[in-house]
Amino acid sequence: MENFDIEYIKEISRTDVRKCMKCGKCSGRCPAFNDMDIKPHQFVTLLGQGKFDVLLKSKAIFSCLSCMACVERCPRGVAPANVIEAVRDTVERMQNGNAIKAEDIPPIVDDLIPQQLLVSAYRKYRK
Amino acid sequence: MKICYYPGCTLKNQAKRLDDCARLSAEALGVTMEEIPEWQCCGGVYPMAKDEIATKLSSVRALDYAKHHGGTLLTLCSACHNVIKRVNNDMATEKSIRDKVNNYMRLDERYEGETKVIHYLEMLKDIVGFDNIKKAVKNPVNKKIGAYYGCLLLRPSNVMAFDNPENPTILEDFISAIGGTPVKYPFRNECCGAYVSLTNKSLTEQKSKKILESAAAVGAELVLTACPLCYYNLKKNGGDNVVYFTELLAKALGVTE
Ligand code: SF4
Ligand code: SF4
Repeated sequence: MENFDIEYIKEISRTDVRKCMKCGKCSGRCPAFNDMDIKPHQFVTLLGQGKFDVLLKSKAIFSCLSCMACVERCPRGVAPANVIEAVRDTVERMQNGNAIKAEDIPPIVDDLIPQQLLVSAYRKYRK
Repeated sequence: MKICYYPGCTLKNQAKRLDDCARLSAEALGVTMEEIPEWQCCGGVYPMAKDEIATKLSSVRALDYAKHHGGTLLTLCSACHNVIKRVNNDMATEKSIRDKVNNYMRLDERYEGETKVIHYLEMLKDIVGFDNIKKAVKNPVNKKIGAYYGCLLLRPSNVMAFDNPENPTILEDFISAIGGTPVKYPFRNECCGAYVSLTNKSLTEQKSKKILESAAAVGAELVLTACPLCYYNLKKNGGDNVVYFTELLAKALGVTE
C-alpha cells in the first residue's frame, strides 16, 4: 500500500516547485482560471508549503484542461499542470476518489462523440 | 516512399474521414502510409506522473516497431502525436522510465527513444515540401481559412518542437499551398475545452465559442483542425464550418469529390 502524503505528490509531479517566483503568469494564461477554486500558481505554492489536505479538497483538478499553456509560459521552468495532475492522480488513487463511473458514460454519449474523448476522460478521471 | 503509420482508435471510427483523405492525398504525393500491425490505443492523453509506466507501453510498442521498419513513425491525430512524441521523449531522456519500461517489455534490443516521430503536417512540409504540393493542386481552395492549432500539436514546445508555440505558421503555409487565403486570429492556439466536455459542458462551450467567434471576426469561411476532439467540441458549439485539414487537401489534389 502506498503512503499518500505531500512527499508522494511532490515525487510523482516531476517538477520542482521551489523554483517558482510567484509571478502568476501561469494563472494569467490559464483558460480554465474562472472555473478553478485553487488557481494554477496556488497549486504550486500550496505544494511547496505542504498543504496536503487543502490540495486534496480542490475541485479545480477536474477543470484543468491539460492544455499546457501554463507550462509554456512559466519563466522558471515549473510545470503547474504537472502539480494539478499529481494531485488528481493522488485523489483518484486513494479509495473512492474516481470522478467518473462506467455507468455515467452511456447516457452522455451522442452520435458524434469521438473515441478519443471517452478514452481521455477515462484516463484522467479514473484509476 | 513508405512510412510506418499509427492511425489510432478515433481515426478508425468517428474520424475516419481525417484518415481516408490523408491516405489518398499522401499516395497522390508519392508517400505510402503503411499502417503498423497490431497497434494499440495511445490512451488519448499523456500521463504526466513519474510512476505512470503501463499507460506508456502501447506508445513504446508502436515506436519500437517503427524503429525496426524505417526508423520513422508517422501520426495524424493530434492526440496520438502528442502522447507518442512525449513518451518517446521520456524513453530518450528519463532513465527511471526507460529502465522500467525496458525491464517490463524484455525486447531483444532495448528501446531508447531512437524512432523519429513526425506528424502528417511535418511530412507535408519536410518530406513532400509545400512547393511540390502547390504544383500538384488541381482545384485551388479559394477561400478564407482560419487555421486552428489548439494545444496538442504545439505544447509543451520543448518536447513537441512542432512550431513556434505562440505564433505558429505551418498550417497557414499549408493553406497557402492548397490555394486558400490564411487568416490569423487571436484564439487559434487556445484550448477548445478538451476532454472536460464530458463532465463540464459549460466550460467547453465557453472555450469553443470564443475560438469560433475569434475566427469569424477575421472573416474565416472555414476553420481547419487536425484533432477529432477539437472537431467535436467546435462542431457541437456552432462550428458548422469546421473541417479536417486533410479533407481540404484531398479536395485540392482532386483525389476526393
Ligand atoms: S494545463 Fe490546466 S492549469 Fe495549465 S493552463 Fe491549461 S487548464 Fe490551466
Ligand atoms: S509562471 Fe512559474 S514562476 Fe510564475 S507563478 Fe507560475 S509556476 Fe511560479
